[in-house]
Amino acid sequence: MSETRILEVVYRVRRFHPEKDEKPYWQEYTIQVEKGATVLDGLHRIRETTDPTLSYRYSCRMGVCGSCGMLISGKPRLACNTQIEEVLIQGNLVTVAPLPNFDVVKDLVPDLAPLFEKHRAVRPHILREGDALDPEPGTEWLQTPQELDRYVQFTYCIRCGLCMVACPTFATDPEYLGPMPLAQAYRYIADSRDGGFETRREIAGTAHGAYRCHYAGECSNVCPKGVDPARAIQLLKREFVLSYLKVIRHRGKASRSEGPIAGAERKAGVPEAPAYTIEQKPLT
Amino acid sequence: MVERKRYDNRLGFWGWLGGGRWGFERYVYTLHRVTGLGLLGYFLLHILLTTSRAFGEPAWTAWMDRVSGPVFRYVFEPLVFAAFVIHGMNGIRLILVELGFAVGKPEDPVYPYRTSLNKQRPLLVAVMIAAGVVLAIGGVDFFGMGH
Repeated sequence: MSETRILEVVYRVRRFHPEKDEKPYWQEYTIQVEKGATVLDGLHRIRETTDPTLSYRYSCRMGVCGSCGMLISGKPRLACNTQIEEVLIQGNLVTVAPLPNFDVVKDLVPDLAPLFEKHRAVRPHILREGDALDPEPGTEWLQTPQELDRYVQFTYCIRCGLCMVACPTFATDPEYLGPMPLAQAYRYIADSRDGGFETRREIAGTAHGAYRCHYAGECSNVCPKGVDPARAIQLLKREFVLSYLKVIRHRGKASRSEGPIAGAERKAGVPEAPAYTIEQKPLT
Repeated sequence: MVERKRYDNRLGFWGWLGGGRWGFERYVYTLHRVTGLGLLGYFLLHILLTTSRAFGEPAWTAWMDRVSGPVFRYVFEPLVFAAFVIHGMNGIRLILVELGFAVGKPEDPVYPYRTSLNKQRPLLVAVMIAAGVVLAIGGVDFFGMGH
């Protein structure tokens, strides 16, 4: 039978209760965890055995939902994706603080609403100006693998906000859109099905948009999914410049198939998709 | 709706410098901004100085006397030169990078992730070496045998 190694670690956690505290303070917990335990496991252990008042946000526990972003031992990381042994400092110490650059709601819970508002502002969906959502039901947009490669890296974003926290420009400019929304703006601009370049340029091509990025590159260093927002922002700036110089024109270039794609016919017994529950209007 | 108290956790200027354990590009970013602010201060002083000529030769001479001392000659002037070289050389890299050169094409994120930072790092090293060479030549001129 394999022996489970037990570690004794000290968690230094930044606490803040909005109804009791004027400002945050540090509190230490000494806990025992098994080898391989994640920082999130350690927080669960504290809540279960020591302090049930400790607040933090998490959901999937496997690096997919992006809820448990925290400042762990001085660097933004996902708590569920980080093993305690990777982040020990001064022997057996782990520091855990809420993500900076966002207001603290309680303890380790940041208010990420500004992040999602900025994300929404860049219209993170396919825009077909003047077209309906699905102009010819039953047909599909055609896209080559090369066209897919232009943006697929940026579709892996889980909106955890770590890039916004690592960005030194966002630390001093709250109006800066930030790495995540800008990377998502590029993700759709680079999509051959999209026709919303002008709409997004009005938002992302401003002084607080892509041009505010000066390539500190920290967003790409901390991204837990390898999305590389710094690359997306530089490519976004290039699109803006080339478009300004009239070297390229942006319109949705993808064409529609003339009917259902061959081999994609509905199998017998598979029900029809339900009817739309909203009225289809042209997207602007 | 009840307004709840929140704590403003923005890093501010500490976000430029603090935190530690960051990548090399972040320190170059900070250096670029600090040298840029230094050059801005120099240009303001420069404009002030040259404007004094409009008030006649005595005003001009008085200003020149103020900025001819050893502190300006051996501290501020070399600093302005160093700021100019570092800001200019790194600026060339930033122009190239911000036009999408040297950052590579989007690629599938496969762990361990390689980012655009890895792609542009040879360019960064090259401009830093070039800046070092120019600074060394300038250093000989500022502090060399002839002075």
